[in-house]
Amino acid sequence: MKHRRYELLPVALLCVLALVASACGKKATTSTGATPTGTASGGGSGAMPGVVGAIIKVGDLHSLSGTMAISEVAVKNAELLAIDEVNAAGGVLGKQLQVVTQDGASDWPTFAEKAKQLITVDKVATVFGGWTSASRKAMLPVFEQYKGLLWYPVQYEGLESSPDIYYTGATTNQQIIPGLEYLKAQGKTKLFLLGSDYVFPRTANKEIKAYAAANGMTIVDEQYTPLGSTEFGTLVNKIAADKPDAVFNTLNGDSNVAFFKQLKGAGITPQQMPVLSVSIAEQEVAGIGIQNIVGQLTAWNYYQTTNTPENAKFVAAYKAKYGANQTVDDPMEAGYTAVHLWAMAANKAQSTDVAAVRAAAAGLTFAAPEGTVTIDGPTQHLYKTARIGVIGADGLITEVSSSPQPIKPDPYLKSYTWWKG
Amino acid sequence: MGSLLTQAFTGLGIGATLLLIALGLTFTFGQMNVINMAHGEFIMAGAYTAYMLQGSFGRETSLLVSLPVAFVIAGALGVALETVLIRRMYGRPLDTLLVTWGVSLMLQQLARDLFGAANVQVLTPSWLVGGVHVAGVDMPYARLFIMALVAAAVAGIWVYMTYLPQGRRMRAVMQNRQLAACSGIPTARVDRRTFFIGSGLAGVAGVALTQLGSVGPTLGTNYIVDAFLVVVVGGLGQIRGAIIAAIALGVLDAYVEWGTSASFAKVVVFVAIVAFLQARPQGLFVLKTRALT
Repeated sequence: MKHRRYELLPVALLCVLALVASACGKKATTSTGATPTGTASGGGSGAMPGVVGAIIKVGDLHSLSGTMAISEVAVKNAELLAIDEVNAAGGVLGKQLQVVTQDGASDWPTFAEKAKQLITVDKVATVFGGWTSASRKAMLPVFEQYKGLLWYPVQYEGLESSPDIYYTGATTNQQIIPGLEYLKAQGKTKLFLLGSDYVFPRTANKEIKAYAAANGMTIVDEQYTPLGSTEFGTLVNKIAADKPDAVFNTLNGDSNVAFFKQLKGAGITPQQMPVLSVSIAEQEVAGIGIQNIVGQLTAWNYYQTTNTPENAKFVAAYKAKYGANQTVDDPMEAGYTAVHLWAMAANKAQSTDVAAVRAAAAGLTFAAPEGTVTIDGPTQHLYKTARIGVIGADGLITEVSSSPQPIKPDPYLKSYTWWKG
Repeated sequence: MGSLLTQAFTGLGIGATLLLIALGLTFTFGQMNVINMAHGEFIMAGAYTAYMLQGSFGRETSLLVSLPVAFVIAGALGVALETVLIRRMYGRPLDTLLVTWGVSLMLQQLARDLFGAANVQVLTPSWLVGGVHVAGVDMPYARLFIMALVAAAVAGIWVYMTYLPQGRRMRAVMQNRQLAACSGIPTARVDRRTFFIGSGLAGVAGVALTQLGSVGPTLGTNYIVDAFLVVVVGGLGQIRGAIIAAIALGVLDAYVEWGTSASFAKVVVFVAIVAFLQARPQGLFVLKTRALT
């Protein structure tokens, strides 16, 4: 009997680990008996997807709970703002848009399930959603199987192009390569690569290494930490010992907070060794602590400070809807742009049918807050202007360099001789 | 050589952080056998206390003021949890685990509703910015602060358990509940006090962690697994076991990561723990008792 109290320990420990590992576990979805008919085709005839009487249903699928909620709730808000604007301007095909919101819960299988539910049960015309590459990879087969249409608003690692997805964030050659070109122009040729251990940083770093090899830059080290890791003592020591010219940072989520706090604690300043980040935008700066990250570099296509008349209108409208102390950032702008692009394409096609929208979308141009964007028909990505920014003491990011014109999307890096993907 | 020393310090720093988050758990899990999954959310409550108080006390002093306030707030949360739920399911660890996990999700959502889903900013006081450079080793003040804090906490616990009647009663209940009850010790009240201290220590850890990591609704989940590991390796209810386990795990992690990568270091640490628990399932130290249970 003496050992009874210990018998439960292994069981308990296993449960603890399992529960925490899936911290915000899957939520059961209602079983979907429906077949995908009705969304699969329609061809502009009576049965257009999403159309119910005088309204058109569209889906919105972001993580509203769990670790990614921090970033994704804001994107959802920007998309809802755009839907309000589209409705105020007369809607699509003369019908008002109605949003069906679902929670992906920061859990990739849930994203797939909810996407299937949106397409087959709610029968929405299109879906705006996703953030992490893992969630997009989980949703991709669902959209391809049921012939749905997804608008994905976040920069990603490239090497993907699906006829059922429009990518309104940057692909590699619109964000990472301009970032590298900027560092090279500044004479920062010894790089330390730091990333979270999942698909985006690993793929991005593969591309960075190929670029570096072709451009006379050296990679002193390449390090990954588990997603959500908060212990960076050893990594900061490695950076200090390697003495790179700059750090290329593809960390995601809470790890960024811990990394910048501990980097600052070790007394490494952006003047000595700048960190160029591709996953830190205005939304994340406040959580990291402005004092910990001021002066560091970012690579995006849009900043709240971007100087266009459309952006002044966008920022004002967002603050009017959600509060004057709100900030906006690149993925939010990309989500907002996605809604407007889809509405334009559907109006042009006079249909919500996926094939008709796709045909109408090619070459479509929109005056977005980031400047004019154009849909590239074959890749279904956008022509976007790359912008390198520096984080200021007010928490906003100011542009220090930008590409002269919008860059043609090249997700497979075909136009780069150094890439043999 | 320099890097070896630097890593030794980093390992100690990691160990101190692990110990700080595990100290509270040695009381609630170790001594009372309650698997409290909401422990991480008490850490979060401490961190948010630091966030709330910086408005009223200013950047320089609010962190110090937050320590006792967070202790009381997290402790009060713990007592509330113990009184309302846990007391009703002593001796049913798996039920407790599920219930407290539910509570932890509720507390996370509460934090999200109160403070927003985004991480918040806790300012670093100017006396914690930077570090000292001794014998080729960079020692960030934030790490030194956590080491000092954990040393003070351990000393406080030692004094309490050894010299104060309340502490002796706590040990008596832990070693033999029935005999303690027979001797007139109000075990229910002692349980509540144990829970108050354990949860309060989580709050203190939360305040310190604002200097190292993110402050957001899911802060607790970042640390809870490590905290349980330290307690299990150290041996249930063994403060000295937790100290040795935390430092050993921290130093092991620091050196393995230096030679390899963070993900691999995590694997090595877990394998080491599994192997160790195979050889010594009861942890480093065992509570010696003549009780029949």
